[in-house]
Amino acid sequence: MKKQTHNHRFWILPVITLIGVMLYGCSSQGDFSSNTDAAQKVYVAPGEYDEFYGFMSGGYNGQLGIYGIPSGRHLFTVPVFSQAAVNGYGYTDETKNMLNTSHGFVPWGDAHHPELSQTNGETDGRWIFINENNTPRIARIGLDEFRTQEIIEIPNSAGNHASAFVTPNTEYVSAATRFSIPMDENMKNMDAAIDSYAETFKGTISFIKVSGEGKMNVDFQILMPGFDYDLSHAGKGPSDGWAFFTSYNSEEAHTLLEINASKNDKDFIAAINWEKAAEYAKEGKGEMLPGKHVRNYVDHDEGGIVKTEVIEEVRVLDPRKLDGLVYFLPTPKSPHGVDVDPTGKYIVAGGKLSTVIPVHSFAKMIESIDSENYEGEVMGIPVLKYDSILHGEVENPGLGPLHTEFDGKGYAYTTAFISSEIVKWDIEKTEVVDRIGTYYSPGHLMIPGGDSQKPDGKYLVALNKITKDRYLPTGPEMFHSAQLIDISGDKMQLLLDFPTEGEPHYAQGIAAEKVIKRQKRFYDLAENSHPYRATSEKQTRIERDGKEVHVYMTTIRSHFSPDNIEGIKVGDKVYFHVTNLEQDWDVPHGFAIKGANTAELLIMPGETLTLTWEPKEVGVYPFYCTDFCSALHQEMQGYVRVSPESSNVDFKYGTGQ
Amino acid sequence: MKTSHKRWMSVAALLLIGVYFVPIWSISMEAPQYPEGIGMNVTVDNIEGKSPQDLKNINGLNHYIGMKPIEPASIPELSIMPYIFGFFIISGLIIAATGSRKLILFWLALFVLLAIAGLVDFYLWGYDYGHNLNPDAPIKVPGMTYQPPLIGSKQLLNINATSLPHIGFYFALVSMGIAGWVWWKSKEEK
Repeated sequence: MKKQTHNHRFWILPVITLIGVMLYGCSSQGDFSSNTDAAQKVYVAPGEYDEFYGFMSGGYNGQLGIYGIPSGRHLFTVPVFSQAAVNGYGYTDETKNMLNTSHGFVPWGDAHHPELSQTNGETDGRWIFINENNTPRIARIGLDEFRTQEIIEIPNSAGNHASAFVTPNTEYVSAATRFSIPMDENMKNMDAAIDSYAETFKGTISFIKVSGEGKMNVDFQILMPGFDYDLSHAGKGPSDGWAFFTSYNSEEAHTLLEINASKNDKDFIAAINWEKAAEYAKEGKGEMLPGKHVRNYVDHDEGGIVKTEVIEEVRVLDPRKLDGLVYFLPTPKSPHGVDVDPTGKYIVAGGKLSTVIPVHSFAKMIESIDSENYEGEVMGIPVLKYDSILHGEVENPGLGPLHTEFDGKGYAYTTAFISSEIVKWDIEKTEVVDRIGTYYSPGHLMIPGGDSQKPDGKYLVALNKITKDRYLPTGPEMFHSAQLIDISGDKMQLLLDFPTEGEPHYAQGIAAEKVIKRQKRFYDLAENSHPYRATSEKQTRIERDGKEVHVYMTTIRSHFSPDNIEGIKVGDKVYFHVTNLEQDWDVPHGFAIKGANTAELLIMPGETLTLTWEPKEVGVYPFYCTDFCSALHQEMQGYVRVSPESSNVDFKYGTGQ
Repeated sequence: MKTSHKRWMSVAALLLIGVYFVPIWSISMEAPQYPEGIGMNVTVDNIEGKSPQDLKNINGLNHYIGMKPIEPASIPELSIMPYIFGFFIISGLIIAATGSRKLILFWLALFVLLAIAGLVDFYLWGYDYGHNLNPDAPIKVPGMTYQPPLIGSKQLLNINATSLPHIGFYFALVSMGIAGWVWWKSKEEK
């Protein structure tokens, strides 16, 4: 009897183990069986480089996050639309103008959609553009130095969301109004009753021309009905010359949009013939109307100091007066993303409340336009017939489809926010072929080159909106969660979770070698053209101009010159112009002084930056290098003596040599 | 002397023109912080970084241990060397024209002597830089000197310094070899 019971108990153990393993396999950890394989695929050995750069918008941190793919390592953050105390961006005399707008200095921005510059429809690694939603702007970041080189404001717009998407040769970058506003005939924001929305509110879609050197200017804007313009992508190949913008709120609601803007069965994709619009603009058609906006740019001829120029007018093209500019493609249920496949033949909409993914055919669209096969007109804009332009509808694409990217092998990948998954489907057949869960609720997704004509269809990054339990908890506020998925095979495979700063909306990826070869390692001291530079210790000095004192200072391992300064008085405004004399890779010096009401300086080799300090009380104040620059970094310090306002202490400075 | 030997002697002389275009000696240094290396080349009239900023950065590193900065303008040998090689090129060509074996031998002997003197001078220069240190140097390691090797590798604190002849030196060596060969071969003509 006893023996029998024993046997019975032993029999139960493996069953418990088996159930345990099965439960573990079913947990939210993803595909358990392939963990070792996944680890190998994302492992980048110490000292090795990642295969791709990933550029993730920082969302509400206003910056651009740089990540290595496939490792998911966070490499850097480029300050763009928000002040960055980490290096003084937006604080120093050299950089603060970059955050100027027609509303004055704005220290924060909401960065949404990064887009790499392209040549012949392929990412080229020159620049990356990114839009700001709140105070409509577009920034251009140079990938030679990973710095913001230019920001242009978008006039007559509010909420610049459908931006910053480029045309195949970076002829233009797009911008559009997300929150339409009441505008009079002079494009002036009106003091209008909000419930006059349908009559008075208007939107604009703007095209920013990009010169060979990268200089941006608003070439023209097209006046649009007062919908919410959401996302965009330019045509390519056969559809080059066109750009597509989704819109929602064709109901023209102005309150409780979640209900009131979700009523219509179909909203519109606006197809813009930008090539024609550019011709009209070149011919001087349309009207130059008021549209005050600023352009901030790094002036390389003057020490890299950011300059601001104010532009008063903008060319406005009115589709009621100019033919063939815009056509509306009816598209189900408040479409969000609009993505053009690598062949340029198909236009995919993410109808976020739709049960299918509609795919429009560019060829059919052109046929309809040529035969004037319209079902109506909105504000002079012809509305095409849904059934006449449709390539097909993808059935069962998950709930809440938002954005689509492509692998260049005939497949599209769409995020489904509500059902929290990515759906892979065949573009020609419009049939789902695979799906994979993501954790949790993906917004955008990114395949390197996935919105260009030449995708690198190896990895896909899902940019999830909800993090919850994916990482060690950090209180109520957490980084967002990205997930790396292998798309090289027939079945998608989840490889890696990695946290991302801020809230990445869109992202871009590019083969690392396209960017590495452009890298600056330091700034050539001989080319430093800063008006307050000191390119050798012999040039260091102090000059007084009334209450303004300019200190021409240098840094080199491991001292400041001068490091003892006397003759400063209470009430003075002291400008420390610090030039880093180093000419070696990765030897920045920092500068901070006690009581300064600003951020530190982090000065790259060969560069000059300025910190402004207004001493309020008598005493001796230390300053020091904030970047561990050398074995004698702790010795890299100095003193400033501050005397009473009425005193006659002479300037005395130097390094005691 | 056979015309062909005279020609070869002029080749020996003309080969030295190459010395003006390529470095004569190379000192390269490796350290964990310099994964791509850092170094300098000695040319006929200069000491220059292997990358444009290397010399500045080497001087920056050297100041920690109290070495004098390397300033090519203050090294007199560098202003003399172009003339020395110029002398050997011109005199070599004249000797080739005369076809005098004695003069070839004299030319060769002088060349070898000056080459040895150059190496000795280089050694002494390295000795001075490595030993004659600023007493106020931030880093002082008891008993440590920093003379770079004349030829070969040497570990100096975190830096492994390698000193080797560069292409220019080999031009000179081949030039000597050819002159020696001409002298030897032309003996049979007598």
